[in-house]
Amino acid sequence: MTALNLATQNGHCAQAANIALSPLAIRGLTVSYGEKPAIFSVDMTVQPGSMTAIIGPNGAGKSTLLKAALGIIRPLSGHVTVFGQPLDSQRGRIAYVPQRASVDWDFPTTVLDVVLMGLYRELGLLRMVRGEHRQTAAEALERVGMSDFANRQIGQLSGGQQQRVFLARALAQKADIYLLDEPFAGVDAATEKAIIAVLKSLKAEGKTVIAVHHDLATVEQYFDHAFLINTRPIAEGTVAEAFTAETLQAAYGGRLATAQIDRLSQAG
Amino acid sequence: MSGAEFVPLSLTPLLIGIFAAIACALPGNFLVLRRQALIGDAISHVVLPGIVVAFLLTGAVTAWPMMLGAAGAALISVVLIEAIRRLGQIETGAAMGVVFTAMFAGGVLLLERSDTSSVHLDVEHALMGNLESLIWLEATGWHSLLDGDALAGLPPELSRLAVVLLLVVLFTWIFWRPLKISTFDEGFAQVLGMRTGLLGIALVMIAAIAAVAAFDAVGSIIVIAMFICPPAAARLMTDSLGRQVAWSVVFAALSATLGYVFAGYGPLWLGASDSVSAAGMIATISGVILALTALFGPRRRGMMA
Amino acid sequence: MLLEALTLQLGYNATLVAIGAMLLGIAAGVTGTFLFLRKRALVSDAISHATLPGVGLAFIVMVWFGMDGRSLIGLLIGSALSAWVGLLCVQWLSNRTRLSEDSAIGAVLSVFFGAGVVLLTVIQGMSAGRQAGLDSLLLGSTAGMLFSDAILIAVGGALVLALTLVLRRPMSLVAFDSDYAAASGLNVARIDLATMGLVLAVTVVGLKIVGLILIVALLIIPPVTARFWTERTERVWLIAGGLGGLSGYVGAAISASAPALPTGPIIVLVAFGLFVLSLLFSPARGVLSSVLTHLQYRRSVHRRQGLLALAQGQPIYEGYTLRLLQREGLARADGVATEEGQARAAKALLDEKRWEILRGLQAHKATAARYDGLTNLETILTKDQLRDLDTRIAAPREVTP
Repeated sequence: MTALNLATQNGHCAQAANIALSPLAIRGLTVSYGEKPAIFSVDMTVQPGSMTAIIGPNGAGKSTLLKAALGIIRPLSGHVTVFGQPLDSQRGRIAYVPQRASVDWDFPTTVLDVVLMGLYRELGLLRMVRGEHRQTAAEALERVGMSDFANRQIGQLSGGQQQRVFLARALAQKADIYLLDEPFAGVDAATEKAIIAVLKSLKAEGKTVIAVHHDLATVEQYFDHAFLINTRPIAEGTVAEAFTAETLQAAYGGRLATAQIDRLSQAG
Repeated sequence: MSGAEFVPLSLTPLLIGIFAAIACALPGNFLVLRRQALIGDAISHVVLPGIVVAFLLTGAVTAWPMMLGAAGAALISVVLIEAIRRLGQIETGAAMGVVFTAMFAGGVLLLERSDTSSVHLDVEHALMGNLESLIWLEATGWHSLLDGDALAGLPPELSRLAVVLLLVVLFTWIFWRPLKISTFDEGFAQVLGMRTGLLGIALVMIAAIAAVAAFDAVGSIIVIAMFICPPAAARLMTDSLGRQVAWSVVFAALSATLGYVFAGYGPLWLGASDSVSAAGMIATISGVILALTALFGPRRRGMMA
Repeated sequence: MLLEALTLQLGYNATLVAIGAMLLGIAAGVTGTFLFLRKRALVSDAISHATLPGVGLAFIVMVWFGMDGRSLIGLLIGSALSAWVGLLCVQWLSNRTRLSEDSAIGAVLSVFFGAGVVLLTVIQGMSAGRQAGLDSLLLGSTAGMLFSDAILIAVGGALVLALTLVLRRPMSLVAFDSDYAAASGLNVARIDLATMGLVLAVTVVGLKIVGLILIVALLIIPPVTARFWTERTERVWLIAGGLGGLSGYVGAAISASAPALPTGPIIVLVAFGLFVLSLLFSPARGVLSSVLTHLQYRRSVHRRQGLLALAQGQPIYEGYTLRLLQREGLARADGVATEEGQARAAKALLDEKRWEILRGLQAHKATAARYDGLTNLETILTKDQLRDLDTRIAAPREVTP
């Protein structure tokens, strides 16, 4: 047996251990439109109990990564596990918060109704909404500071309020893993504070949080792990390891001034 | 007007019209919210070839093969539309246009070439329906509703529509939650494990079945009015999905009733002698209701306000 | 019979119809292209169905004034007016209420048609109501076509075609990117209105031959078909016009060559036949070529990923990848690389590392943009450039404190 092959065997064992523990492990994920890949051969191993930021330039495939991993988009190739199990068997442990813009907010429904949507797996098709369900929903709304808006029509909400409602819906699911797509985009400062507080409390409870994040300036403040991607993965690890001048340079190429990169990687 | 005139001549067409309108309006609510209103256009065009093929294969105008034919045609059209969209990168509206116009043309061709003398399938009725003639001559008054012999003479379209209406109501009730959730936020629904693709197809199938059942009453083209106008008008009245569906049922029943009445008696009131197309009048009334809600409905501007 | 029909030897009526249908097809194909490119193809369905009440009213008005109710020009004017009103209603509903455009189109389409049907039955009851002439405008009827009718269609079609060609540049610009067009100073709303007006004109012209229900087919099918053959806007309308004309001519000929073959549906089915052929066999986007290309691409992606996994000592997770590598002699069944596999894997890894370095370099931004996961950098850069990259791979990385 050659050295390469022996190394391969050992490598396989270590890999398997990593994957079994990881809340979200992705191997070889590729999504292409026609023959141009949006993401190519992406491997990602999320650490349990971490708060991971997925960052990269516009069009880098960050949202695509999330959606393809969750099965919303069909990938060309890819192997995704949740705590070592196939994704489909673990859907009860995953909560997804999509981009706000992906939804028509003129839809006829109230805030409470949207949060109750998070309880669908429990309620199923026909079970009546009981006190305990309303209680869960009320707690979720309380946690994001939207209790007073329970009966408001969602079209009447501001951007920040809409984002909080989406988060409450995810909280109602009582999941173990939370995946958010640009949760801070276009929200007011107060909402941003509220949301990050909730996310940090989730982490304190031992949950895993993964967020596509658009604002490089707040990565070190908010997250403890980072995943840089630009069609291909650039870096993965703790913020100290993965969010450096070098990795940012590699990910953003000429799109960020050197001074900017230095400033970002030295902050915090 | 006395029971002796009303029951045999007007009761059944009225009920058939109302059932047809409601059976179409219910799924129409979700089609409108999903911005798939024009699937109603596509369905109403493709049921024609489905029905004609079923007729040619079975040699008779029987109900259930026609339903199957229509559902089959709807399924084929959905598959073709999707194929065209993906392969050619063609927008949905154009893909629908290609498929349903071609299928409709095929249906008309088959219709013209088949032997139409033995059967009531002719183009005019296929397009405009036949509501006025769905009468109940065995009845002699209100008491006929309790008379077994008279009931046996009820037009078969009535029981067919009643069954289909029941099916539609059951579907809407049972799948209320997934329909609501997947219409509002499809990505979220998929992550929950919901089979949103299948649900979408099921919705279209139900709409197709309603369309075929309503076909006898109002013909294929006017079914579109029933899919779209009552739900659209209801949408302008409220911000609650439940209330929107309720309004759509009210508007549908109102359109059917007023439409039938005006078509039958309007000309008489105006001094003419012949009635006009009930189906056309139903569509027109539903349009008037929509216009009124568009002008005065409390939630007509939604978030735009 | 068919051959005679195609060479216009089947008599006066058949010839008129064939030529009229051809001109109609050309006009519809060209005009419909711009609505299609603007992603509003089904507005034409609303326009065509909205002609019906106008037809009915025109008939009634003409009879009231003692004229021949079936005068084609009168009916067409009526149809144009009510279709115009219908268009305005679609705009109003989608702009003034929370309803989306598709609901507005569907509502106008069905309500106007319903009103038209009511009017048709009113006419049926009138003493002068030999409305058989009006019925034929639903599905078209070419029996006993008058020379004056043919002239009307020819002139109308030619006029529409001319106007469309004159306006094609602004319409193309708006269809492609309405924001950019607006920024360039074009009045988008007016151009949209012009596009729809031209579609309306074609619809009205086509009422006699194919009828209002099927005219939509000629406005949509040829442009969609053309789309399978070209990526360039200037070509789409040209090909669409050609296909439309061909469908009209051949369809009319087939219809004339045998009894019980109504003209409208046959023309539409010919257009659809051309579409199906394009769907299947077009080299750019047809089913055949797409599927083959896609399968090939999928193989390339899996092969590349498999080789990279081998080179980095990682397990191969997907059965398909492993089977592919096995089939190509690059790996054994247990996921261990063969000699050939090891060599190829090393090459793939080298290429991957080179790309990684290159994509972080300012100087090579243009090349970096060409990254697609599969292209070997050796086919793009010179030997010197490659050597430069290789030294960077080997050089120790700076460690920032």
